[in-house]
Amino acid sequence: MNKAIQTIDLVREFKVKAGKNRETRLLHALDGVNLEVYSGELFGLLGPNGAGKTTLIKILVTLLYPTSGQAFVDGLDVTKDVLPIRQRINMVSGGEYSGYGILTVKETLWMFSQFYGVPYIEAFKRIEELLEVVGLKSEANMRVSRLSTGMRQKMNFCRGFVTDPKILFLDEPTLGLDVEAARDIRAYIKTWMKEHPDRTILLTTHYMAEADELCDRVAIIDHGKILACDTPQALKKKISGGALLEVSLAGLYELNWLKGNSGIKGLTFSSSIEKNRTTLKLVLESEEVVPGVIKELNQRELSILGIQSVEPTLEDVFLTLVGRGLSDENSTLP
Amino acid sequence: MRIPPSLELFLRAIVGRAYPRVVGANRELSWLIPESVLPILGLAAYVYVYRAMKAPPEFVGYVVLGGAMTAYWLNILWSMASQFYWEKETANLQLFIMAPVSPMAILLGMGIGGLFSSTIRAGAVILLGSLLFGVTYQVTSLGLVLLIFFLSMVALYGMGMLLASLFLLSGREAWNLSNALQEPVYLFSGFYFPVKSLGFWAAAAASIIPLTLGLDAMRQLMFPGDPTMGFLSPWMECGILLLLCPVFLYLSRMALKKMEHAARIRGTLSLRWQ
Repeated sequence: MNKAIQTIDLVREFKVKAGKNRETRLLHALDGVNLEVYSGELFGLLGPNGAGKTTLIKILVTLLYPTSGQAFVDGLDVTKDVLPIRQRINMVSGGEYSGYGILTVKETLWMFSQFYGVPYIEAFKRIEELLEVVGLKSEANMRVSRLSTGMRQKMNFCRGFVTDPKILFLDEPTLGLDVEAARDIRAYIKTWMKEHPDRTILLTTHYMAEADELCDRVAIIDHGKILACDTPQALKKKISGGALLEVSLAGLYELNWLKGNSGIKGLTFSSSIEKNRTTLKLVLESEEVVPGVIKELNQRELSILGIQSVEPTLEDVFLTLVGRGLSDENSTLP
Repeated sequence: MRIPPSLELFLRAIVGRAYPRVVGANRELSWLIPESVLPILGLAAYVYVYRAMKAPPEFVGYVVLGGAMTAYWLNILWSMASQFYWEKETANLQLFIMAPVSPMAILLGMGIGGLFSSTIRAGAVILLGSLLFGVTYQVTSLGLVLLIFFLSMVALYGMGMLLASLFLLSGREAWNLSNALQEPVYLFSGFYFPVKSLGFWAAAAASIIPLTLGLDAMRQLMFPGDPTMGFLSPWMECGILLLLCPVFLYLSRMALKKMEHAARIRGTLSLRWQ
């Protein structure tokens, strides 16, 4: 199988100034990343904010040099073969505000297509098709400054496809979109991959369900390191040896104190003020730990409404590997 | 004859990047008042000072022509030199850089589009100023005037491309530097008076800014009242401008290459969250 993307011991450090004295320190955005993405794959990179996803993409799209290590796109070195790589790729970042407010949607997409040398007729044909697919056809002649955030995001999504790239980098493409718009975009990604089996997409997201739905394989990244890389099914299977428990508690609680208990590999909890309920999700080493957890909760006089064993999701894989959920990034391993 | 694909891509990118500036000049007419009427108010002060001093009538023409040329200098500062700062803020810069075309094409597109929109503004100032203050032109050689204007613009926008490249690593300081360069150049390039008044060495030093020589030569050719008011002869100024054009274009190409390399090392081609 051809490798569309390959990184070998990739490291990227940034000098940052922090603290009261503005002292310079090194931030390890990528810390020895080894990754292989094959041609025709829709590959997901999962991780919380600051995990290194965007830094990795910036290196692969030739916007940033690695500090050390190597990275290849379509077999070409990102530090040496800049132009041939740029001819093969495109990138869409979620929440970006590219383009000019004074231009219309159609003009903006045409402008960006010109930087890739797409002939006029071909460019407008692709633009029409893409706008139809993402439901922006009626806004084709609307000025970009008058678009809503979601519409603008859809336009940027079209910008990525209008150049017909061999390898496409989608950095949080559904960020900030409503449910329907995100669904349309996911549907288009699937269709595009089906119609172009020789193309490759590297998708970064922190929506686990999105990765689960779309990706052939996923890698989980945190603090600049790849923690796991496999198909979503295989990753979920890997953690099925333990136990996943969802506990409903009456009342609103902060439950980080549970992390110190042996046998608990990770936990997340969320509270609903409306329902006056806290839902605790636990990743346990084995089912034998369950009685101990219940005893602990009872000792604190917490009212348990229900306990159920749940099927693992990618979120649980992340929780197991990282020790915290994507929504509680400041939590640490017990 | 088929255009080589690399040249076709280069030309397409120029047209693509020039397009927003060209349509912007027609689509958003809010610039009309601040950029044509307000400069007239600014140059009116100089006109009345010269009239009060009973200066020769061609001085009014000097002021109107100089006032019109400020449109180009402002365009260089705010829409060329500091442009990459704004492009970075909106995430356009990273898209320009990662496109498979030389960033020089993007800069040229910016320059050509800016030249178009600035010419409309400068034309409006000349038209209004000439009508209001009764300026009469005695063009001795229209061909040479047009050649000098063309060379001044090529050299000036070459300089703008150089500044844009140098400011590629900058953040908000690009904005401050543009601010700092605005007024001093009005003085040293002689926008409202003959640059010869500054003395030979000051005028020679100011000639690094192509508008200094271009403006002086055009004044001599359009208002030939007092031949001693010119700094150098128009032909000599034309020759120097001809030299400045490739120098600035070459320097901007080199600077862009080096700055892109440095920006890829430092990670300043985009904001961290983009």
